[in-house]
Amino acid sequence: MKKKNIFNIIMGIVALIVVVSAAYFGFTQPNLNSGTAGSRWSNENGISEIKRRGYIRVAVFGDLPPYGWVNDQGKRVGYDVYLARRIAKDLNVKIRFIQVNANNRVDTLNSNKADIVLANFTVTPERKDIVDFAKPYMKVSVGVISPKNAPIKSAQELKGKKLIVTKGTTAENYFAKQSGVNLLKFDSKTQQFNALKNGRGAALADDNSYLYAWVKKNPKYVVGIKSIGSRQYVSPAVKKGNRSLLKWTNQEITKLTQKGFFIKDYQTELAPYFGKDIKPTDIILK
Amino acid sequence: MVHSGINVLFEGSNFARLMAGLWTSIWIAAISLIIGLAIGIIFGILRTLSNKFIRFILRVYLEFFRIVPTIVLLYLVYYILPRTFHVNWPATWMAVLAFSLWVAAEFSDIVRGAIESVPKSQRESGLALGLSKIQLFRYVLLPQVIKLELPATINLATRVIKTTSLLLVISIMEVINVAQQIIEANNQQYPTGVFWVYGLIFILYFVLDYPLSAWAKKLTNERK
Repeated sequence: MKKKNIFNIIMGIVALIVVVSAAYFGFTQPNLNSGTAGSRWSNENGISEIKRRGYIRVAVFGDLPPYGWVNDQGKRVGYDVYLARRIAKDLNVKIRFIQVNANNRVDTLNSNKADIVLANFTVTPERKDIVDFAKPYMKVSVGVISPKNAPIKSAQELKGKKLIVTKGTTAENYFAKQSGVNLLKFDSKTQQFNALKNGRGAALADDNSYLYAWVKKNPKYVVGIKSIGSRQYVSPAVKKGNRSLLKWTNQEITKLTQKGFFIKDYQTELAPYFGKDIKPTDIILK
Repeated sequence: MVHSGINVLFEGSNFARLMAGLWTSIWIAAISLIIGLAIGIIFGILRTLSNKFIRFILRVYLEFFRIVPTIVLLYLVYYILPRTFHVNWPATWMAVLAFSLWVAAEFSDIVRGAIESVPKSQRESGLALGLSKIQLFRYVLLPQVIKLELPATINLATRVIKTTSLLLVISIMEVINVAQQIIEANNQQYPTGVFWVYGLIFILYFVLDYPLSAWAKKLTNERK
């Protein structure tokens, strides 16, 4: 009983220390978790309103390197974030980040939590009904990776072989419609890559941008088919009906594409992850 | 062991960020508890009155917040409230709102239970001494009610602290959200980092909740 009391007192003191140090870091480094100050009251988010209030609210990913993530210094970086900062600079306003997940990107826009979404948002017909997409700034399509010593370079070579995919991806959708390919389906990215490493299939299909980054880490494999099926685009999205911001964003994307901004963006944020086999033109639009 | 995963915690400002995230959880939990307990006391007392209408309304309120999962509640205040009622506060205050209403509901039931479990003889003795209703409440019921309800209240507090881990769904940068950023950012360099980051969070939550839970246990034992 006595021993337990001492333990409880020690735990109490440790808890106090944790609370005090958490408060210390919370107060002294408010900028570390950029985005805490998230959303402010605003139901107006046209271009003139953004300029008047002096900041733009951008929804980005926080855990998807190299597109939108937070580095060890607590700074938001990535291909999408690089564009976001440029947009704020060209609007001559400050930037506020709202961190989102894949499944709350639409709600964030519709509930006025953000003015614009730059979170690897692929344009699909279903999404077009609920948000307004601006011009694309990136293209993705399905790619196929295979071991270097038994590379698969065309869809023909896949006939009669086992192909690993993740459920619910565009890759699964595409190959389910092709005859002669046996699909081996998994629930998560980690599972599918492990299956390939264990030799359970001849190749693996997924969004090519993921595959580029993965192959860089796993040099025994190559992206044999860089792009297959229909090409899809990644665009900034704004709330349905926000015409002025949509128009401005379209002009901005056109201007930045002409200036070669996205090549610079690619080289800064993506090239270190993708390796030398990939050219900027595999990802960005001309 | 050159690249031991534990180093992920000390890369750059990772540790400071996790602690700052924890502070967000702590202050949201603390403010929600203060507001929620204050409202809960009033609702709890109202629920012991004989007015059937008030009791019914408060009963519905309690059941609503008890049945609806907290995660749904957070979605409601963060995404639905702004859209339908044009109430658009910062996410952290929306979280405080949802948590306070939830705490108030749970606590009102604790208070009601405590008041009703004071032996009838106590109340009657008080009245027989000529105490007014307010005096009866202040000098007879309240001291006993506090003793009865305290362990349950502390347990409620530990639950609120744990539930702050849901705040990541409404874009609040609390400790779990920061942890995911750190894990994804360091996946390449520290494949085992996930174990250490969540391990640290486990310890942090344990350290926060254990003293509360030990205190509640002590109070319960004393009452016996």
